[in-house]
This record gives sequence, structure tokens and C-alpha cells, in this order.
Amino acid sequence: MYVAVKGGEAAILATHDLVAEARRGDESVPELAVAQIREQMCLACGRVMNEGSLYDPDLAALALKQAQGDAIEAAFLMRAYRTTLPRFGSSEPLDTAKMAIRRRVSATYKDLPGGQILGPTYDYTHRLFDFTLMDPPPAPSPLAGEGWGEGSRDAANASLTKTASDSDLRDPSSAPSGHLLPQGEKDREPLDAFMPRVPDILGAEGLMEEEAPPVGDPRPFDLTREPVTFPAERDVRLQAMARGDEGFMLGLGYSVQRGFGNSHPFVGEVRVGEVAVAFVPEELGFAVDLGEITLTECQMVNQFAGSKEVPPQFTRGYGLSFGHSERKAMSMSLVDRALKAREFGEAATYPAQQDEFVLYHSDNVEAAGFVEHLKLPHYVDFQGELELIRRIRKEREQRLADQPDEALPEAAE
Amino acid sequence: MTETATRQHWMAVLARATRGEVDALLLQAGPLPAHEVLKAPETGTVMVEGRAGGAGRRFNLGEATVTRCVVRLESGAMGFSYALGRDARKARLAAITDALLQGEAEAGSLRSGVSALAQKQQAARELASRKAAATKVDFFTLVRGA
Repeated sequence: MYVAVKGGEAAILATHDLVAEARRGDESVPELAVAQIREQMCLACGRVMNEGSLYDPDLAALALKQAQGDAIEAAFLMRAYRTTLPRFGSSEPLDTAKMAIRRRVSATYKDLPGGQILGPTYDYTHRLFDFTLMDPPPAPSPLAGEGWGEGSRDAANASLTKTASDSDLRDPSSAPSGHLLPQGEKDREPLDAFMPRVPDILGAEGLMEEEAPPVGDPRPFDLTREPVTFPAERDVRLQAMARGDEGFMLGLGYSVQRGFGNSHPFVGEVRVGEVAVAFVPEELGFAVDLGEITLTECQMVNQFAGSKEVPPQFTRGYGLSFGHSERKAMSMSLVDRALKAREFGEAATYPAQQDEFVLYHSDNVEAAGFVEHLKLPHYVDFQGELELIRRIRKEREQRLADQPDEALPEAAE
Repeated sequence: MTETATRQHWMAVLARATRGEVDALLLQAGPLPAHEVLKAPETGTVMVEGRAGGAGRRFNLGEATVTRCVVRLESGAMGFSYALGRDARKARLAAITDALLQGEAEAGSLRSGVSALAQKQQAARELASRKAAATKVDFFTLVRGA
């Protein structure tokens, strides 16, 4: 039964005003510009783009500002906006081998062609606060920070000496001016334009599960337009995981490593950088380069004992995400491999191996909607429950009064 | 380069340029030419496809915002613009530039403006690449018991 209840309009309008006030915070503190969020909170923007399933750093920054930094609320704004836009079509499949690499590491090969490029990473930081980000030091000498020419190094060293007590407290790896052994970019050659994907190296030896398009290179399933059915194919799973909640994917990925899944993974490769997006407009008939997007790709290498049909070999898990988002791409690659259990004839006994469980619960906009709708008015439902409980209790009391001698009536029922 | 490849190149350069850069490029070619807007700047999305494992089965990664515009000059040349993002003004300027470029000789000022932009974009890519190269690991092996 559904009974419409009216009222509360004025209260709702007032809450809109109040949320605007809460968003702005203390007015003596300068307001954030969207461009500041885009440039200085770009990892948060990456998460919002992934879970909002829409690549647009400006909009992700706006969403974060509007949602007071709530990533899931921001993703919801992205999803809602997306539904107002026409879709021009699908891009040509991305070629991540042509990525302009900013970071690329492998845990399986030390000396891989193209090298290990650490790029911008927190991996080797000590997770100590950099308090200079809170209280910036006085303006440095004009030479410091201008790369690492001879003069600038002296200037930087001089400023280091001056603030020796500060720099002792600082994590040098998170504070650019604290480098003691800088590796300047000025005398470096640019990286190789083409860096092979690591699993392709093993693939050449036939030791790696082959990754080739099915016959006819079919158009992928689109879960935003068609209902998902189970068992779900890999294209459906990858799309769902790409827009899935980072925390949920991380938890599932962690679970397969911890014993809730038969997994012995190695990071074949993680790469981060820019990739061109090509699109063929019907009216032009040739591919137009739309510009570049930042992507993170993870190739997870897993053991496989082999079966009657397939000799022992390494198998793959794949993760791809918008922005610099390694945790997401790595988690996705772990779960991608776990979800291949059926293809390899493995028993699917753990949550991460069950496509229905993973796909039905990975979308945080849906999950938040279902969990949080519980706080909306359920007055009538609850009134019904209340009356039921009262009636049952009354009947019970009546029964006990009628049969005072019967011991433990519940046990007899 | 074929005619199409040349056009693809300048469209890629324009797609990567800022609105200010496209504006400046057109400005140096003289006053804005008379043009008819066949398709007003429109923002929509393109579904970005990836491949499982990088080379395997196609899948939908997620959408990206794209803005497009089509114009026609009095000469009849049609100019197109397709680029990531939501900049309507840039889309219109880039479409006009695309139309003008099609009628311009190879040594024209717009073409040299495009190659200057391309060089600037290439320089930015190389700088980013050199910065990444500065984080390349140089391994050295420790010999035990030597």
C-alpha cells in the first residue's frame, strides 16, 4: 500500500539553504575554485570520474565541490548529468601500448624493455606529515625550484641549511625542495615512445594465457543500456568493475589474496599516462583524435596449474581506470582474474569468484541509494508493522490468560 | 601525408589546444570569416572502449564528454570540430579553423600556426617524458662474497 503524504516543502527549502552554508564553511576562509580542486585534488577527481563513469576532470572537480568532498555523492552527480547528454557513439578501442608513460613498474621483470619508471608515486614516501603544506615557508630564493641546474642546487642547499630543523622533520620524498640527490630532467632523454606491455613478453614464449579479440571483434555489451544477465561475460564484468566502488573492489581483491580465493598474483605491470581517444564521426568517415585522457592500467599475472586442454601457464587479470588510480586498477585486475574461475574450470566458492555477487554489489551509486533510502519516510509501512506486533502480543497475552497451567507454550508450538 | 592524414593531424592539434590558443591562431589569419553554423556546438559523450588485457576483447570503460560543431564558409568549405570537454566556443572556433585550413595553401599562415602549436604540444610531451625518465630506476647488482 502506498499513501502519498504531503508536507515539508518549507523544511526542504530551508535545508537547501543550510547545506549551501555548510558547504561554504567559515566565510573568513577563501572559497575553493573548481580549477584548484581539478589541479590539486586530481586523485579524488579520478575516483569521481571512475565511479561516475564519465571522464571530465572539470566536472569531477565541480562535483566534489558541490558534494563537499563526498566522493559517492559526487559520482552520483556525474551519473545524473551524463543522463542528460546525447551519446555520439563509441570510441575506437584504446591502444594502451601507445601510452605517453608517466609511470610504469613491473614486479616480475627487473630489466624490462623501456625500464622501470617510478613516476609520481607515494610508494616510497614515509607517510610523515609535510607541515610545510599547512604553513608554507617564506618565499624561497628565485633560483630554487627552477629545475636542478648548478645555481639552483646551491640555492636549494642554502635554503636547506637555513631551515635545517624543519627539513629534519620532513619527509624528503614528499617535499620537492628537500631532495638531496636530485635526478634532473634536463639532461634526460625522453622515454621510449613505445613500451611493450609486460604480459606480451611472456606471451611470446607461450607461457601466458593469450588475450585476443573473439572472432569478428564484437561490439561490447553496454550495461547502461541493456539489463545484465548471468553468467556475465568478461566485457560486462570489466565495465561493471570499471565503474564499481574502489573500496568494494579493494576489499574483494584483498579477500582473494587472503585466502578467500585461489590466487597467487604478481603485478606484471602497472602503467599510468596519457592515451589518445579516437572517434569516427559518421559524417566524416575517418578517425578524429579527440585529445588525450589519463589512464591507469594493471596487468596482474597469476599462476594456473593447467587442465586437460590447457598446459600449465600464467593467467591474466586486467584492470583499467580513468585518471591516476592504481589501487582501483590493481583491485579490478585481481577480481577480474577471480571471476574467470568458471572459464578455467575452477570451483567458484568465494565471493570474489561469483559474478552475480560482485556485479550486483559493486555499484556504489545504486548501493548508496538502496541503503540510504531507509532514512526516507516509511511511516505507513512502519505503522502497519506496529499494529501487527501489537496484535500478536495481545493474542499471546490472551492465550496465556486462557491457559494459565500450560508451561512454555512456545516450546510446544 | 595524404590529404586526410594532414587534416587528421591538424584536427588532433586543435583538439588538444586551449580555447585561447585557437582564438589566437584564428586572429592572426584576419577577421573571423562569415560562416553558417550547420550544427551548433553540442556537448555529448563518447563511450570509451578498452580491450581486456590491452589487446583482447573490447569492453566499455566509461564515457567521456565531447563537444562538436560543424560550420560552412561562404566558399562552401565545411569545417568540423570534435574534442574532449565541454568548450562550445572553442568548438566553433576550431570548426572555422578546420574549414579555413582546407582552402589554404601549404605555406599559409594558419598552417604554420598549427605547426607552431604542434611543436608546443610536442615540447610539453617531451618535458613530461623527461621528468618521468628522471624517475627511471638504475639498478646496480651487489655481488655477494666477492
